[in-house]
Amino acid sequence: MLRVDVRKQLGEFSLEAAFQSEGRVTGLFGASGAGKTSLVNMIAGLLTPDRGTIALDGEVLDDTAKRIHVPPYRRRIGYVFQDARLFPHLDVRQNLDYGRRMNALAADPAQHKRVTDLLDIGPLLDRRPGKLSGGERQRVALGRALLSKPRLLLMDEPLGSLDEGRKVEILPYLIRLRDEGIPMVYVSHDAAELRQLATQIVMLRDGRVTSFGGVKVLS
Amino acid sequence: MLDITPTEWTAILLSLRVAVIATLVATPFGIALAWLLARREFWGKSVVDAVVHLPLVLPPVVTGYLLLLTLGRRGLVGAWLADHLGIVFAFRWTGAALACGVMSFPLLVRPIRLSIEAVDRRLEQAASTLGAAPWRVFTTVTLPLALPGILAGMVLGFAKAIGEFGATITFVSNIPGETQTISSAIYALISTPAGDAAAMRLVLISITIAFAALIGAEWFARRATQRLHGN
Repeated sequence: MLRVDVRKQLGEFSLEAAFQSEGRVTGLFGASGAGKTSLVNMIAGLLTPDRGTIALDGEVLDDTAKRIHVPPYRRRIGYVFQDARLFPHLDVRQNLDYGRRMNALAADPAQHKRVTDLLDIGPLLDRRPGKLSGGERQRVALGRALLSKPRLLLMDEPLGSLDEGRKVEILPYLIRLRDEGIPMVYVSHDAAELRQLATQIVMLRDGRVTSFGGVKVLS
Repeated sequence: MLDITPTEWTAILLSLRVAVIATLVATPFGIALAWLLARREFWGKSVVDAVVHLPLVLPPVVTGYLLLLTLGRRGLVGAWLADHLGIVFAFRWTGAALACGVMSFPLLVRPIRLSIEAVDRRLEQAASTLGAAPWRVFTTVTLPLALPGILAGMVLGFAKAIGEFGATITFVSNIPGETQTISSAIYALISTPAGDAAAMRLVLISITIAFAALIGAEWFARRATQRLHGN
């Protein structure tokens, strides 16, 4: 369970959001500039709230009153960015293996195979990110986040940088991923996308939560 | 034509040793400082930045003299080092390496700093969400991506170190076999009546070393860049 109650001033923009989600896929919905990315960055620990708390499965990750801020590398929260952010100096295999190495997890060939099969990235393993298409890059980024064995997966418009054709290519993988049962926070400004993926919706407008509930709130 | 005498060989080897040691010892400090200047805001940052660049703008004699005042046998730090640790820089080849290291430091730091600044911080953030602690982000992402700049800085630093003259001769003098580098040997030769031929040999050798360093640097930089751009 994810519990968020935060405030953050970013220049002129003020973000004030509170929600609690039990859903497997929490959809963060709003126009661009609504504060979605800032909010996920806070959940990831990349941004510290000015005031408030963030807790995941009962573990406090941020509590400004108690001066608690767990740094991103200790949160075990995976993050798939809109722009993939694969490491250009490593090949796909090394990119996929990065999280496991950093967390000093034992090699898990079964999991590795499952993820590469799930995302169909087996044939790409020896390539460099520079030689991948946008869709392939995004799939590798998904695999890389998954293989670090996160407790929660954040996805910030993972289809945002792709054209329509590529979106259709990736969407089935995201649905497969959801059905794997790993909790996700999925950011999008596309209601149709969220209707297919999310189980719960948090609607953001101008830095405030305007509604919260099932997928129905999108209509 | 290149009939190199033992004295000249000594000067050549000493120059190489001084420049290599100066570069190797200065590089870790250069990387640390470049990172601080590129990625951290702290009080007095512009002063630190200015001090690093000082050897570039001061007359080399001034830098050499300042080194002599601080690290000479009777210098504030030099006396302490000699009495307590038995380390002496003045009139030793190690002093030449120190002078060269100080003189080449600004040239070493600058490309490294620029290349660290150019590393996409979003990649570093991605690494931290994958569980990499800050120092591992540095060693596995920042450092490899900054490698071309680090190599460029090392080559520039080496080139400066091997040609350094003013600070070296001021700080450690011109002692054959101990502190006489190619530059100071050439200087000594051209003020000797029959030294022209020997001076010319050393000049040719200087040019050769400089060319080799530049071509080698170009090659390394191209390879490193290719590696980084995922081809």
